[in-house]
Amino acid sequence: MSPSLAPELAGRVTRPSGPLVIDIAGVTKLYKMGEEIIHALRGVSVQIHRNEYLAIMGPSGSGKSTLMNMLGCLDTPTAGRYEFNGKNVATMVDDELADIRNREIGFVFQTFNLLPRSTALANVELPLIYAGYSPSERRERAIHTLENVGLGSRLHHKPNELSGGQRQRVAIARALVNKPSIILADEPTGNLDSKTGVEIMALFEQLYAQGNTLIVVTHEEDIARHARRIVRLRDGLIESDGPVG
Amino acid sequence: MTRLVYELTESFRIAFAQIRANKLRSVLTALGVIIGIVAVTLMGTAIGGIDKGFTNSLAMLGDDVLYVEKWPWGGVEDWWNYANRPPIRPEDAEKLNRVIEQTPNSLLEVAVPVSSRGNSVKAGENKVSGVQTLGTTADYGRLITADFSEGRLFNETEAVGGRPVCVLGFDVAEAPFQGRSPLDETVMLAGHPFTVIGVVSKQGSFLGLFSFDNQAIIPLEAFRKYFSVRRGAQIRVKITDKNRVAEAREELIGAMRRVRAQLPGERDNFNVNEQGAFKAQLDPIKQGIALAGLFITGLSLFVGAIGIMNITFVSVKERTKEIGTRKALGARRRTILLQFLIEAVSICLIGGVAGLALTYGLVLAVGAAFPAMPVEFSISLVFVSMAVSIITGIVSGFAPAYGASRLDPVVALRYE
Ligand SMILES: Nc1ncnc2c1ncn2[C@@H]1O[C@H](COP(=O)(O)OP(=O)(O)OP(=O)(O)O)[C@@H](O)[C@H]1O
Ligand SMILES: [Mg+2]
Repeated sequence: MSPSLAPELAGRVTRPSGPLVIDIAGVTKLYKMGEEIIHALRGVSVQIHRNEYLAIMGPSGSGKSTLMNMLGCLDTPTAGRYEFNGKNVATMVDDELADIRNREIGFVFQTFNLLPRSTALANVELPLIYAGYSPSERRERAIHTLENVGLGSRLHHKPNELSGGQRQRVAIARALVNKPSIILADEPTGNLDSKTGVEIMALFEQLYAQGNTLIVVTHEEDIARHARRIVRLRDGLIESDGPVG
Repeated sequence: MTRLVYELTESFRIAFAQIRANKLRSVLTALGVIIGIVAVTLMGTAIGGIDKGFTNSLAMLGDDVLYVEKWPWGGVEDWWNYANRPPIRPEDAEKLNRVIEQTPNSLLEVAVPVSSRGNSVKAGENKVSGVQTLGTTADYGRLITADFSEGRLFNETEAVGGRPVCVLGFDVAEAPFQGRSPLDETVMLAGHPFTVIGVVSKQGSFLGLFSFDNQAIIPLEAFRKYFSVRRGAQIRVKITDKNRVAEAREELIGAMRRVRAQLPGERDNFNVNEQGAFKAQLDPIKQGIALAGLFITGLSLFVGAIGIMNITFVSVKERTKEIGTRKALGARRRTILLQFLIEAVSICLIGGVAGLALTYGLVLAVGAAFPAMPVEFSISLVFVSMAVSIITGIVSGFAPAYGASRLDPVVALRYE
């Protein structure tokens, strides 16, 4: 099944252009479940450049989330090489990884993962606290970022006072606020209705146009087609990797 | 460093939001700490009060006065070794004073004989019984620490002449005269008329055993005239330097042996007592009370601490996904550890402040109801209870907070 190229996407840049951000080679990940060993990744190699827009696809259990966690420095590979902006991540310890995640990576989750008792503004400020910005700087940058995702009028709302789409926008603002090298989104539209999903994908398009690097995990072809490049996984291996269309 | 400050500020904000969101749970947990802190502070006040009572009582005996007596203070088991000792005679004091005068650089200042017995004091129709009547010399004025609220002690002439004059303790003067000045009034001491020339200001009781305010002081010669001195007296010796009590005591023993003409090798046939010896007897009692108090207190705090630990474990469990999110956003282990520690400490501090307020109220109430009880609410108590709250929070919050800080972010994010 080859996805039909949407006419409006024809002719856009699909070739990697900027400097190399992510470089993984021969990465494997094993999970031990008692006696049983699960090969979540069996040797994956990917290079991702600045200002790429990549979709990771594949059937359930193919290792998408595992790869995403690896790329996002939430997890380290069992074997293989991983360089992030030229730094060897595979051997880093917890707190070093935390600093990389804080400065270089923005996460967008399927379930939003906002702090329930904090306002939109406080949620977006959180990564800046960990980065050591002063309260006034934090506020200014968080407000600016929330305005950028179209939530300038919802700064002081708590998550339960926002719609699903608005919550995901807050989460995207939180991912963006520290100006990371890449933004990782695992099924960002999975908990949204299709109309809201389209709005979120439009926001991603806008972020891409602003020069951000995006990696989106999805199992929906419609969503994947927004990206410029699609990596397909099957049983922990890359099945195909190429431009959309 | 500034990053840590921002993280701490955020942690406090979250901690209080968390406590506000779980009010009932937090209050119930804090209750354990409240009880613990009330126990700590009440015990502290009680021990402080007992200590103060002891110190006050000992101060009444004077820390620069040695007491020459037939018996040692605090009781003995081999009483038969003491019973045959000759009684202390007032004349021994005179002889002692002569020895002191002859000794160059003596550490002893003056020896004052004191005979005593219980008497009733009658002023008009009013009668006070069980008044301790002391017969002594004019030198007594050099020993006592208390002031005169009115009048004076008898002088040398009155003392030597055995004039029927007396100085009354505060209570003895207060009760029968009911606010009127007793000066120059006549009271009957065991049926003998005495003129009141002075009143000693209020001193309080010794360990609640006997009152220093329930005394009448008369010249020794008058005492000799009306009452018997055969039962023996006591010699109080003022020393020149209270930092050299042990040396002074040695000198006094030597001087007293000379007075008694005791042979070398013969055992002392008298005892030199001092308040320090009393203190040595009281200290174990005081320590026993403090130790028992500490144990009870520790137990109640322990129960409170377990409550805090439990609630922190629950909080970590409930917010596992949040921990994962925070880690994904760049929270270090330290950040997560501090966040949960601060939550534990915050609940403890709230409990601590409430407990302290409760104790303060109780102390005020007890103080109002029983003015004689030496309870006191001190500033150090505030610091101690705050420190205890913080330490309780840290100790009981550490295990769950540490566990939270070590969570694998992937596992935490998957937690439902
Ligand atoms: N923590 C873990 N312990 C054990 N096995 C795991 C763990 N995480 C993932 N796996 C296994 O690794 C394989 C890949 O899982 P992964 O979550 O990456 O799949 P996925 O492609 O994201 O699937 P989905 O589309 O359902 O999210 C699966 O077989 C899964 O059971
Ligand atoms: Mg997945």
